[in-house]
Amino acid sequence: MPILQRVSMRKGTFSVRYWSQGKGRPIVFLHGWAGLPRATAWLEALAQRRLVIAPEFPGFGESTGLERLDDFLDIALYQFDLFATLKLRQADLIGHDFGGAIAAEVAALRPSLVRRLVLVAPSGLFDEKRPGVDPFATTEAELNAASWHDAAAAAKGGLIVTPQSDEEKKAAVIERAKALSAAGKFLFPIPDKGLKKRLSRIEAPTLLIWGAGDQVVPPQYAALFKRRVQGARSIAIAKAGHYPMLEQPAKFTAAVKGFLG
Amino acid sequence: MRFYWFHLMPYQDLPADFSQKYPSVWVTPPSSRLYDPAAGHRMYNEYLDELEHAAEAGFDGVCVNEHHQNAYGMMPSPNIMAATLARNTKRSAIVVLGNSIALYNPPIRVAEELAMLDVMSGGRLVAGFPVGSSMDTNYCYGATPATLREKYQEAHDLIMRAWMEPEPFAFNGKYTQLRYVNVWPRPLQKPHPPVWVPGGGSIETWAWVAERNYSYSYLSFSGYKRGEQVMQGYWRTLDEMGLKRNPYRGGFLQLICVAPTDAEAERIYAPHVDYFYDKCLHIAAGFAEAPGYRTVKTIAAGLSSQFAPTQRQQRQQSGKRMTWKDYIEQGFIVAGSPATVREQLKDVITRLHVGHLMCLLHLGNMPRETTLMNTDLFAREVMPHLRGLWSEWRDEWYPKALPERAMQTPAARAR
Repeated sequence: MPILQRVSMRKGTFSVRYWSQGKGRPIVFLHGWAGLPRATAWLEALAQRRLVIAPEFPGFGESTGLERLDDFLDIALYQFDLFATLKLRQADLIGHDFGGAIAAEVAALRPSLVRRLVLVAPSGLFDEKRPGVDPFATTEAELNAASWHDAAAAAKGGLIVTPQSDEEKKAAVIERAKALSAAGKFLFPIPDKGLKKRLSRIEAPTLLIWGAGDQVVPPQYAALFKRRVQGARSIAIAKAGHYPMLEQPAKFTAAVKGFLG
Repeated sequence: MRFYWFHLMPYQDLPADFSQKYPSVWVTPPSSRLYDPAAGHRMYNEYLDELEHAAEAGFDGVCVNEHHQNAYGMMPSPNIMAATLARNTKRSAIVVLGNSIALYNPPIRVAEELAMLDVMSGGRLVAGFPVGSSMDTNYCYGATPATLREKYQEAHDLIMRAWMEPEPFAFNGKYTQLRYVNVWPRPLQKPHPPVWVPGGGSIETWAWVAERNYSYSYLSFSGYKRGEQVMQGYWRTLDEMGLKRNPYRGGFLQLICVAPTDAEAERIYAPHVDYFYDKCLHIAAGFAEAPGYRTVKTIAAGLSSQFAPTQRQQRQQSGKRMTWKDYIEQGFIVAGSPATVREQLKDVITRLHVGHLMCLLHLGNMPRETTLMNTDLFAREVMPHLRGLWSEWRDEWYPKALPERAMQTPAARAR
């Protein structure tokens, strides 16, 4: 994993850590409620011919300033400022679950910022009949079981890290509480916060990607997004759950590269 | 030393296989299948009888509390229960522990209802302001965990100002905006009814309570041995702030079972203790605590959640059931003959340094006769022996009621 960089915004109100690699036309990845991904091979693959930036959202890990964000309008303005700070006039935007809802908001509120949009199992809508597993009312084990096509293989491959020492365990509990609390600040108890009214404003060509076995944000949500985002296409990746980029990195990056060009 | 009779009002008729068949007693147990309103009618009325009996038996106060969507405690609105107690008790304090003030919009409703209770009861109200459990606040009432405490504090500030400011005022909060605040009625007690804050063991609460001169209480069902860690943290915070360790700044809830002899205590109470722990505290692990409900600072301090799977549940999962002896030895319950209970309670009270003891004398599916026996034995043979504890301290956190001659008696009772 390359060394993370840091940027300060709005006179120190936000201190944002970010992963960055490569050169060329920029791609920005907005992570979901699990935080910056541990495995970055798929990001590195995208960075072969492009500049890839993955900022860590305030409240997660070491990024700060969450207390200054109360709703998706605050988040969108924060993202606009982050783009400006990172000197990005336009980027391809990829967002996963919570980050997917943010990416969709950004694309809807300021279409000129987003060249192409990739939403991976995005949050932001709610289906009463088939809501999916509630990430805020599950133990870590329950959420893992619902999030992976093959949780055992994910653990074996180091995608799910099992802390060993007491210190590591405590750090992991705190990290998880911080991450889900930060995402929950905007998604709890139901993630429908008005995005459905704004999705039709999206102008960027949009690709929806789902792991076929995702039980947390089930693939059925793709249809709800497609109905509202004009011209959106969707693909389901087999043998993948909520993290298709981690469980099927080759298929995932091929699809993304093909779409982004 | 003061003693309070605390009722949870659990639902008594859960099926024997409840814990195997249903994932949780809280949030999702289906009321359409499990709750019989006719049985509920009997339980409410018996429970109110028990509280009224306790007030007559000489307890310093009766306690009601707020919980939602569960068979563990059937009091979504403690104020309704407190209202009937205000009419049907004479001298005892009415401790409403409390209203989870972050849940009310606008929170001024709580200021109004508690003021009504204080006036109706002639100044016998204790205003309890809990944050509320994660199940109640986050899962049942949909409050966002990350902002729950901020919202709670804002609601508190609004209620206290509403009770104390001499003129109508405007309140421009983040969660509540009111252009005209002017509560009718105002509380009878001045400057306001005593405030108790039942904590779930968040370390920030200690200083917050102490700064405002409130009384902190810890309501744990894992007994005094675990409660000690929390109460010691609170007392140390007072030391650091240069405040005296007045024991009435602290309260604790304890499960208590009194019988003529130790052996009879086990025979009479063991099934109800089992019902309480096996069914009433059967909480799905995913509901025990929403991420963000407790602050990182509290988790980092190593305090376990109030409703986290207890040692008991962990043992049970590994196939070893808690025995009566385990419950006693680990401090979950204080049980036995009056002499045994006296001795153990003295240890609890002095160890935790608390001036308010909330006695949980009704457990799970305990029938009325057993509850009344437990209550009477406690009132006659335990309470008088421990009354003298802390006599060197003044209790500034007990209601200051109207003098006897100014108290109204309900006409029906006067006849």
